[in-house]
Amino acid sequence: MSIINNISFRSLAVWARNKDVFFLTWKTNFLPPFLEPILYLLAMGFGFGMLVSALPAPYDEFSYAQFLGPGLIAISAMYGAFFECTYGSFVRMHYQKTFDAIVATPISMEEVITGEILWGATKSVINGAIVAVVILAFGLATLPGVLFIPFIALLAGLAFGSIAMIFTALVPNIDSFNYPFFLFITPMFLFSGTFFPLTVLPTAVQQVALAFPLTHVATMMRDFSLGTYSINDLWGCIYLIVLTAICFYAAIYLMKRRLVN
Amino acid sequence: MKDVIVAEQLTKKFEDLTAVDGISFTIHEGECFGFLGPNGAGKTTTIRMIQCVSPITSGKLSVLEMDASMDQRRIKALLGVAPQEDNLDPDFSVLRNLIVYARYFGIERSVAEKKARELLEFMQLTEKSDVMIPKISGGMKRRLVIARALMNDPRLLILDEPTTGLDPQARHVIWDKIRELKRKGVTVIITTHYMDEAQQLCDRLVIMEKGKILVEGGPQQLIESQVGRGVVEVVNPDQGVEEILRSNGWALERGSDRIFIYTNERRMVREKVQKDLPNANVIARDATLEDVFLRLTGRGLKE
Repeated sequence: MSIINNISFRSLAVWARNKDVFFLTWKTNFLPPFLEPILYLLAMGFGFGMLVSALPAPYDEFSYAQFLGPGLIAISAMYGAFFECTYGSFVRMHYQKTFDAIVATPISMEEVITGEILWGATKSVINGAIVAVVILAFGLATLPGVLFIPFIALLAGLAFGSIAMIFTALVPNIDSFNYPFFLFITPMFLFSGTFFPLTVLPTAVQQVALAFPLTHVATMMRDFSLGTYSINDLWGCIYLIVLTAICFYAAIYLMKRRLVN
Repeated sequence: MKDVIVAEQLTKKFEDLTAVDGISFTIHEGECFGFLGPNGAGKTTTIRMIQCVSPITSGKLSVLEMDASMDQRRIKALLGVAPQEDNLDPDFSVLRNLIVYARYFGIERSVAEKKARELLEFMQLTEKSDVMIPKISGGMKRRLVIARALMNDPRLLILDEPTTGLDPQARHVIWDKIRELKRKGVTVIITTHYMDEAQQLCDRLVIMEKGKILVEGGPQQLIESQVGRGVVEVVNPDQGVEEILRSNGWALERGSDRIFIYTNERRMVREKVQKDLPNANVIARDATLEDVFLRLTGRGLKE
């Protein structure tokens, strides 16, 4: 288990490096996650939503915009870490040689990868929190459940950051990220109970969707925003933690195989 | 004098290539030690093993009296590394690069900032403090990389091709700074494929080729033992000239357009050549490390 032994608080110096860069250009960084959900809410929630007469249980008493809002939080949390730990990490690793510079200091490669994933998860928290504020402002979510959203976003961020890092360890070049985005992220974006309840789909498809981490993130986000909690939130949480642990270990193993030689 | 680095039968194998092939050497405290050789000789691979970022395949490597395959973190804390490839952080300004780098060593912010400003002054970069990395010149980047390597007050400074691709002015500035650091007692390791650079800076050096060390010694000592103090060149020799020269029993080497005569008696040799071959174009000069290198690696189409 030397992979785990080589990880310490020093990962935070890597995290802090990315945080510093983010806040140097914060104006451009905060605007898209703020504006995008507003556009989606207006178009889908209040526009397209007008065509939706009734939602199936347990969401039958909510409007479509109320249903959609937490889905948008889940999506932005997913994209936050996934973009950061694919394109962002790849640019730092491959083009900027930032990882090479850092491992010449007392920081290990394992800590670099951990710091990158922690930063990806932080992006998920920031994005998720921004969208949560937008949705709260539209009166589509309720306190105090919405206060848990950053924690769910953190969990989602660690999961998607670790998964993204596996792809980053494997792709030959930056264009290859089209594949995980097209084959993995886009199907999840559409079929994880984000835009419509999974119960409207055939049972077999529902089973497949349960394997998607975003399904569980969306469920948890929605249940905490609307107060529709169930035992499924606990199972979803456990699933995400186990998935994160496996993917984190795999990401570090594969990244070391790529970079330490 | 203490040994800073001791390598015994140090070997690095990649899948289909032995990059470093059982080399042994010792580097003493306070000296400037050079690894010379053409591209692909194994210089950078050796350096990467010393700086504990490339695991050793076999052999022993001790750095600052610690085992390079065990104490990576403690060793790395005491090293300063200026890599060959520019890996400055393009997302930060010149000053911020140093401060962020210091944080990787766990150096406190206020200490780091003071140290960073001192080093920028030392490397003549103070007026560029707030400029972003993509906007500074290649020579400035190299100086900043060296400044960055000094942020943790290293006991051992590793410079991998510190002047490759720089103009002569920028090279001389860097050479001056390296000499200044040496005077302050810093142990310096340099890799280069410029023989003049090694001759200028190194107390001792090894010449490597194909993963092996060909020779080891001081620059002057290597020149004298391998080629002699002087070289006489006969440019564009006519047919038969080589035989005439060879009849004198001199150490000859055939280049593509000239014949090199290695000798400690260059005045005598030149006069003799000019007497025997009155029409020949003859140049007499001091021998350099470049001659040692060409002699050893046989690029002069040796016969």
